[in-house]
This record gives sequence, structure tokens and C-alpha cells, in this order.
Amino acid sequence: MDTEARGATAAGPRAAARRWTAATRALFGEVPAFGWLLGALAAVLAEYFVGRPLARALGIGRIPLLFGVDVALRDPWLLPGTVAYMLLVYALPAAAVARLSVTVARGITERLLRLPVGLSVLVHLGLLYAGLHLWAGINDYRLLVTRLALIAIMVTISLNVVNGYMGEFSCSHPGFMALGAYVSSIITVLFFVHDSVLGPPLLPTAVGPFLFPLALIAGGAAAAVGSLAVALPSFRTRGDYLAIISLAFMFIVKSTIENVQLIGGSRGFMNQPDWAGLPTVFVWAVLCVAVTNNFVRSTLGKALNAVRDDETAAAHMTVNTRRTKMVAFVFAAFWAGVAGGLFAHVMRYVNPGTFGVQKLAEVLAMLYFGGLNSVIGSIVGAVGFTLFSEALRPLQIYKWIIIPVLLILVMIYRPTGLIAFREFDITRLVKPREKPGKVEHVAAAD
Amino acid sequence: MTFFLQQVVNALQWGSFYALIALGYSMVYSVLMLFNFAHGDIFMVGAYMGFFVATGLVTLGAAGVLALPSWLILALTILMAMFLTSLVGMLVERVGYRPLRGAPRASAALTGLMIGIILQTGNLALLGARRQTFPGLIDVTSYKVAGVIVSNKALIIITLSILLTLALHQFVRRTKWGMAMRAMAYDFAVVPLMGVSINTIALLTFGLGSALAAVAGIFFGMAYPVLEPYMGLLVGWKAFVAAILGGRGSVLGAGLAGFLLGFIEIFVAAVFPSTLRDVIAYSIILVILTFRPYGFFGEPYSAQLRL
Repeated sequence: MDTEARGATAAGPRAAARRWTAATRALFGEVPAFGWLLGALAAVLAEYFVGRPLARALGIGRIPLLFGVDVALRDPWLLPGTVAYMLLVYALPAAAVARLSVTVARGITERLLRLPVGLSVLVHLGLLYAGLHLWAGINDYRLLVTRLALIAIMVTISLNVVNGYMGEFSCSHPGFMALGAYVSSIITVLFFVHDSVLGPPLLPTAVGPFLFPLALIAGGAAAAVGSLAVALPSFRTRGDYLAIISLAFMFIVKSTIENVQLIGGSRGFMNQPDWAGLPTVFVWAVLCVAVTNNFVRSTLGKALNAVRDDETAAAHMTVNTRRTKMVAFVFAAFWAGVAGGLFAHVMRYVNPGTFGVQKLAEVLAMLYFGGLNSVIGSIVGAVGFTLFSEALRPLQIYKWIIIPVLLILVMIYRPTGLIAFREFDITRLVKPREKPGKVEHVAAAD
Repeated sequence: MTFFLQQVVNALQWGSFYALIALGYSMVYSVLMLFNFAHGDIFMVGAYMGFFVATGLVTLGAAGVLALPSWLILALTILMAMFLTSLVGMLVERVGYRPLRGAPRASAALTGLMIGIILQTGNLALLGARRQTFPGLIDVTSYKVAGVIVSNKALIIITLSILLTLALHQFVRRTKWGMAMRAMAYDFAVVPLMGVSINTIALLTFGLGSALAAVAGIFFGMAYPVLEPYMGLLVGWKAFVAAILGGRGSVLGAGLAGFLLGFIEIFVAAVFPSTLRDVIAYSIILVILTFRPYGFFGEPYSAQLRL
């Protein structure tokens, strides 16, 4: 097939690629999201049951934790085995199940569509969670990476509201995270943990996990209040000076925490209870994505874009620019604070040094890698960046040359990120797919 | 009183680093409307360049191959480090920023952050995590004037920094190159139509800024002779804030704001516990920016991110 395609036209490889795309589309075009989720579930089930013996048989020894990149980088000789493992355990079951279940999946999706959309979304999310749970359950490291990736999604999406949708260059997100992390940690440790500084628990530990969401919300609220320090100046100035103000805010938060000895100062604060398991983090991340997605698609969310593109014009179109800016900052800070609280309880240790310039570079990288003005872009950016930077760990220090170079390349060739300015329509995602070739759905509807 | 004057001398020396680095930030920011977040790390590169040149010259002198007087070694170190670092700066512009000329400014800012990380990591990979000790280039003598102790090192640092700030100011004001830079700060779009090459001016801006950062790096090495790859983070970000505080398009403003930041920090540290330095310094900056959102010498302009 390859030689034939090359002989046919001058643009041989391109024609072959097009043929391949057409072939894949003919095969998989009808598979709805439900089918892919089933496929993913099949893949992780395959890994769960035969992963270990297969890895041993292929000579890798143990299950490659992050899609084989980590193994192949540690020992290049294991590359063939890793590729085989990936094909056998992930690609093959996923593709086969997705393809074979087309009819079933379509039937189920259509039936689900008759019910309220929310229910259909819930079923999809349940499948997604099942897959994630099995995948992350293989070992503790995967569990940690998964939770960190979910938290990264929350941070990136909330940053996108300010930097992408509203078009400011805010650098204060690490500060918001720090506020959320410390406030929620203080609450949980003060009320539910016997701490050497904060004393015995004030409430029985048993009720703790149920009140944990309240602690997180309190953290988010603290961050939201803190964000007023950035939001209020944003009425008077925009762009560069706001960037400096937000930067100053970040440094102020960091060094204030460093100076409060009661919560450990620069040594950090530990003893957080272990309540941020995968289910909790997953639910919060889903909540954050859903709420943000609805927010940016609402009238108020569209006002963000109006303020970004032309503030004066927006004001003349009866957009209340002050309220819009205020809401955007408070909203973004709240979710950053919640994410910070979850982060503190996942790591079970925070120190102010975590929330400095390095964190800022990291969240900005996730945002601009994924794409501005796009919820799905933020998800891709956060997950991609987290997995990538974990998978490159075997390269040690050279990781921090490769990742920046890649990001610079992304910036040069796609200055607004990989998936920018795209709406995330959940209802279309859960619908059954049309037969390929009938109606071409263009992804961006707006 | 003596205490106060002593702190003034300290503040002038500490502010010199900020001022010299802020000049580079400010120039790039004025001319190209760009946050050059890599500039703090260019300062680090400058310090290391100075370290290499100085160590080389001192070793040559010790080996008896080329015995130079210490003032000449210092002068040569400064000049060669300026030259080498400006090459690095121009390389950063050519490779990192020029391809992004038409891109949103936030992308360029992120690129700057990433270039900074590459410079830090590159240093770490090449030289290892070991800290380097900057050679003592001149014999330190201290003078006591009215109870205030001033070392010749501090004198050199302060005088040269002020002179360089003024020289740069004159360069921007009087020369044709400077005029081209001011024109670009005034209107980015029209200047190329006047036959001025954006790329040449951009290279010149980066070269000049990096050379000044190199001087700051050498001075820093002379005053606090321990070099490490992340030294740019500490000083660079504050100098950046100082540059913005000075106001866009104002060389003197950036220099003054640099010295002001030095004064704030030294006096805060003199009165309060030194761990509170950053909190108070940044809070003062926040207050200043709230009341003068365009900096000391900047003019209000439509600060729109080109997204």
C-alpha cells in the first residue's frame, strides 16, 4: 500500500497519510465517547490481569508506569519490549473493544440520550473514573501522578479564566494556591489532627472526611478574598502593570507565610490528614471543569472575552467591566485555592518555597502549552505536561532543558497553544457519532 | 546618624545591582514591549563569564605567564565579560524572541521564562551543582569617613553603576542608535517604514542590556563571592519589578527605581527582622503601583496585551 501510494502522486507520503486517516476514520469514526471509554477500560483491565506476567515475559521486568517512556529512557534496550507491551496491553484491547462495541455503545448512548443529559454525562464519568481507578491502582506512584494531574487541571483551567478568557497576564496563581493550601491545612490539622503546635483535635476525627469539603471551600474562599488585592487594582490598570501587581502579590503571600512561625515558616507545614484520595480529587476536578465550562459559556463568561478584546467597547455594550473583572479573579482564585488545598492534602506537606517562581513557570507552561481560551486545551495541557514531566524523570537534569525547548517550539509554531479558542461541548461529546462521510462535524462551532 | 549613613552606603551598593539589571529589563521592555524574563539568568551568565575570565587571568598571572596589575585584570574582566554576555543575550534574542515577533506578548514572556530555565539547567549540567567562588580581584582597603566605613570595592561598584546608568541615558538621548530605540518605543509599526531595521535594534538592545547585566554580575561576585546557577532568580525578579516601577521608556527611571529598591530593602532589613524584607518591599511596591500605575516616569498608554 505504501509503495502504491508513493507511485501514484508526487506528494507520496502525504497521500499515504491521507489514506491512512481515511481508513482509520472508516474504522473508528462511528465509535462514540462511550465506546472509547469502554476501550480504555478494557486496556486497563488487560493491564490489571496480564500486565505483570506480560511485562516479565517481554523482558521489561515490571509494568511500565507512564506509557513506557520512563522505562525506555532508563534503558534504551528495553524499547522494543516496551513498544510491544504498549501495543498488546493498551492499543490492541482499546482499539478492538472500541471497534467491536460500536453497535452496543451506540445503542446505549442513544438510550441514555432520552434521559436527562446530566445522567448520560454521569455514566460517562463513572466509566472514566473506573478506568482511572484501575490504572492508578497499579501502584502508589501512578496514584500520586494521577492526583497531581487532576489538580493541575483545576489550576490550569482557573488560570485560563483570567489569562485566556479575560486576557490579563496574571502571575498570582501560586499565591492563590498557597492561600488555599495553608488555610485548608490549618483547618483540618486544627480540628481533626493531634498536632504538636496546634494541639489536640477539636472535633472527633471520624467526622473529618465529611467536613473536608468545607475545609477546601474555606481555603478557596481565603484565596478569593486574597484575589481582591489583585482584582481591585485591575480596575485602574491593565496588562503589564497588573502583571507586576499580581507578581508582587505572589511574592508577598510567599514571604508572609515564610514569616509566620506558628505554621512552620519556611520549614513548611505537615501532618495533613490523608483525605485527598483519588475519588475526592476526581470529584473536585470534575466539579471544577463543569462549573468553569458553564461559567465561560454563560453571558458573564462571554463578557470576559468582550473585556479582553476591547474594554471600552465592552463597557459601551453595557458590560459591567468592573464586575466582570472582579468575578473572574474571585472565581479563578477560588478554584486555585481549592486546588491548593487538595495539593496540600495529597502531598501531606506544604512549604512556601513550593509556591514561588518555579510553580508560576509550571502553571503558565501548562496553560500556554494546552491553549488559551479553551477548557479542553487546559485539560490537555495540564495532563500532558504533568505526565510528560514525570515520564522524563529518568533524564534527570536534562529534563529541564528538553521541556523548555519543547515549550519554546510550541510557542513559535502555535503561539496561543495547542488547542486554543475551542469550546468544550459536553452534550455533543456524549452523543452517538454519525456514520463517517455523512456529515462532517467541525470541531469549533463558534 | 553614622548608622544611617552606613546604611545609605550599603543601600547604594545593593541598589547598584538592581539598577544595572533593571536597565536591561527596561530597555527591552521599552523597545520591544517584551518581558524578558530570561534577563535575571543573563545576569547569572554574566557573573559566570566574569568568573571565568577573572580566574583565567589570575591563574595566568600566578603561573608567571602574564602578570597584569590588578586594576587591569578588573578592567579586562569587565570588558570581556560584557562582550561575551552580550553575545549570549543576542543569541537569546535571535533564537528565542525573533521567531515570536508577531506572536502574543504572553507567549514571548513564557518563552523568556523557559530560556531562563534552560540557562540555569545548562549551567548546572555543565558545571555541576558545586558553587564557584569569585576570585578577589582587588585588594580591599576600607576608608573611614565621619565614622562611616567605605571600602574601595563599594566605591568602585557605586561609582561605575551610576556612571553606566548616566552613560546609557546619554546614549539613548544623543546617538542615532539611541534615537532609533526611542522611536521604536514610541511606535513599533512605523519605525520599519523609516528604514530602521527592527532586528538590528533588537539585537543592539539585547546586547547592551546583557552587557550591563554582566557588569552587575561581576560586581555581585566581587561583593558576595559565591556564584550558583540560581542566583539570577533572587536578584533578577526584583530588578524586573524595579524596571517596571521606573516606567516604560525611561532609562533614568529604571536606574532610580533600582536604587530605590535597594534603599527599601536595606532599610527594612536594618529596622525589622531581615526575613520580613520581601514582604515589606513588595508591599511598598504594590502601594506605589496602586497610586502610580504607570511607574515613576512612564506615561499612561493603552496597555493592551496583543492577544
